[in-house]
Amino acid sequence: MAFNARKQPGGILVIEVDGQLIVGNRQELKQLVLDALEAGDRKFLIDFTKTGFIDSSGLGVLVSLSKKIRDEGGDLRLAGLNEDLKTLFELTKLDTLFAITDSAQQALAAF
Amino acid sequence: MRLAVQPQLSALDPRLAAEGLEAELRLTLPSDVGLVEDAVNVVARHLEASFVDRHTIRFNLRVALGEALLNAILYGNCEDDAKGVAVRVLFGRHAIEMEVTDEGGGFDYRCVPDPTLPANRLRPCGRGLFLIRQLVDEVRFNDAGNSICMILRRT
Repeated sequence: MAFNARKQPGGILVIEVDGQLIVGNRQELKQLVLDALEAGDRKFLIDFTKTGFIDSSGLGVLVSLSKKIRDEGGDLRLAGLNEDLKTLFELTKLDTLFAITDSAQQALAAF
Repeated sequence: MRLAVQPQLSALDPRLAAEGLEAELRLTLPSDVGLVEDAVNVVARHLEASFVDRHTIRFNLRVALGEALLNAILYGNCEDDAKGVAVRVLFGRHAIEMEVTDEGGGFDYRCVPDPTLPANRLRPCGRGLFLIRQLVDEVRFNDAGNSICMILRRT
């Protein structure tokens, strides 16, 4: 399974992306977050520590979720990007759109 | 679904070898985004042993070829099962030339919005071609706009 979601103290939903976030599974992540929003969750952390690759459609779904979560008064943070993934965020200037930390622990502490 | 088509590998014309391009790899895949990863892996596996920089294969090539294939399948062929995507890769120790051709009508590659502009940053799409341009050394299109050629060079 590509996505593992678990609730942390403080009501933060942590979603681990295991493997890749690509065109083939982006809708699964989107639906997971939208369902959680519908259920009342507002704090989201997507943890990419175990993620090797994100394609442009994966980046696109993060942008779309960021907007949706913000519109609902929530907060989306990202963590654990490897050097190549950081490069993708920097090239596309999405590093200016998201709060990104090196580790999930840092992100949890910052909520 | 796995990539069913076996790649064809051949030696090249000596004139291309003079440009650092010593072998050719061809494959054709159907318009199924589920096959993009397999296609990229096939190409990367064939080139990794001979190209001078492994990270360029694992990152630059992987992203650029994957995005070109996605664009070809999603926007070029509109995921039409009856249409295929042709991949031709010329490669040597210091250079890689990747050509991805779809069966669509092409597009105006000169009129693609810059996704990094503040006005476009919240758009969910439009980053594929931008990433390709950032991660390879040269990008060319045919006149119709349905074939992209991406060149990587490393010394």
